[in-house]
Amino acid sequence: MLIIVCYDVNTETREGRRRLRRVAKVCESTGQRVQKSVFECQVNQMQYEDLERRLLAEIEPSEDNLRLYRLAETRGCEVKEHGIFRATDFEGPLVL
Amino acid sequence: MQLLNTLYVTTPDAYLRLDNDTLRVEVGQDTRLRVPLHHLSGVVTFGHVMLSTPLMHRLAEEAITLTLLDANGRFKARLEGPQSGNILLRQAQHRRAAEMAFALMTAHACVAGKIRNARQVLLRGAREAKSESERAQLERGGNDLAASLRALPGAIDLDTVRGLEGEAARQYFARFNLLIRPDRRDAFHFDGRTRRPPRDRLNALLSFLYSMWTSDCRAACEAAGLDPQLGFLHVVRPGRPALALDLVEEFRPFADRLALSLINRRQIDTTSFVEREGGAVLLEGDARRDIVVAFQERKQEALQHSLFKEAIPLGLMPLVQARLMARAIRGETEGYLPFVFK
Repeated sequence: MLIIVCYDVNTETREGRRRLRRVAKVCESTGQRVQKSVFECQVNQMQYEDLERRLLAEIEPSEDNLRLYRLAETRGCEVKEHGIFRATDFEGPLVL
Repeated sequence: MQLLNTLYVTTPDAYLRLDNDTLRVEVGQDTRLRVPLHHLSGVVTFGHVMLSTPLMHRLAEEAITLTLLDANGRFKARLEGPQSGNILLRQAQHRRAAEMAFALMTAHACVAGKIRNARQVLLRGAREAKSESERAQLERGGNDLAASLRALPGAIDLDTVRGLEGEAARQYFARFNLLIRPDRRDAFHFDGRTRRPPRDRLNALLSFLYSMWTSDCRAACEAAGLDPQLGFLHVVRPGRPALALDLVEEFRPFADRLALSLINRRQIDTTSFVEREGGAVLLEGDARRDIVVAFQERKQEALQHSLFKEAIPLGLMPLVQARLMARAIRGETEGYLPFVFK
């Protein structure tokens, strides 16, 4: 399934900036960055729960905001892309 | 069972490293690709590609196989984690290989699968043939292969099976030229199989595709816990993946079909090849990438397996077949059943 992860981390403090980096790291390990604080992750149920657990361990609920969207699979029509960024399809041929 | 992706790196001097839980491919200063490891079941590199040791450790840990091929796609080395294989199954495999009747039956099955699939390639060519005489020739080729199939059960030792296989292959390749579009026949003239080295363009293309299929079949044997070096049809020889070669026989016609469609649809051209001194013909760098992409796309195509109700991606078929082979070896089924298409 495709998961969209978005977050706002309060970066006014030093701890906040640290949290921001760590949240990004967790997301990077599971999916790909499509905008500054938006990630797309192609995961199964287990990986999804693992991702959520790891993100919750990083954020500070009183200052930050985390949203996880789970997209219904509709034969590759979930996302339309415009503009300068093209995401990699991890299920298509990976040839470099 | 899930068809995880394989990353192929053909870019010379690319550097693969571990970054967090992702694999990062760098070329010079820029990052070309980042892939989370959970998407991968294998990494294949061609020629001069570099890897970091932390990445190798991690690949071994996650049971992602790393295969090093030389620039021409020839197998060089493989890195495999410790969890390869099941000793009881391997013991059974060694006992079965010594059992003449079982070895013969399995060799029959592998060759029958190959000939049946090859015959379908010819018959399909016959259906699409433009001229009546070509259609007749292809149909005759199909009949010759049918005759080989009928002769197969009568072969009472492995050498006879191998002889029938060679004869069928010769008849099949004798008609291969007719499967190429008439306007492409000059550029891709084919005069029988040559290898080590391939001596014309089509042979270079076939060799490359066969080695990719063999690599997949070898990985499938290992994933099923079988010893890829001990085969039934193929004689054991140091370093030779005999069982993977047994398994790949039924898939060769799929490689042939892909080669034909690459040529006939002009996805590959004469500029994709270089000729070396001494007559060897090799694929040129960029073309290899296009072929790997086509190969990967073809593997996504779902096909019906005669034993199962649902369609299975072609890329998973070697794994399915390796497991059927394991069941035959354990004696859970009557014998090995090859994968054939309609």
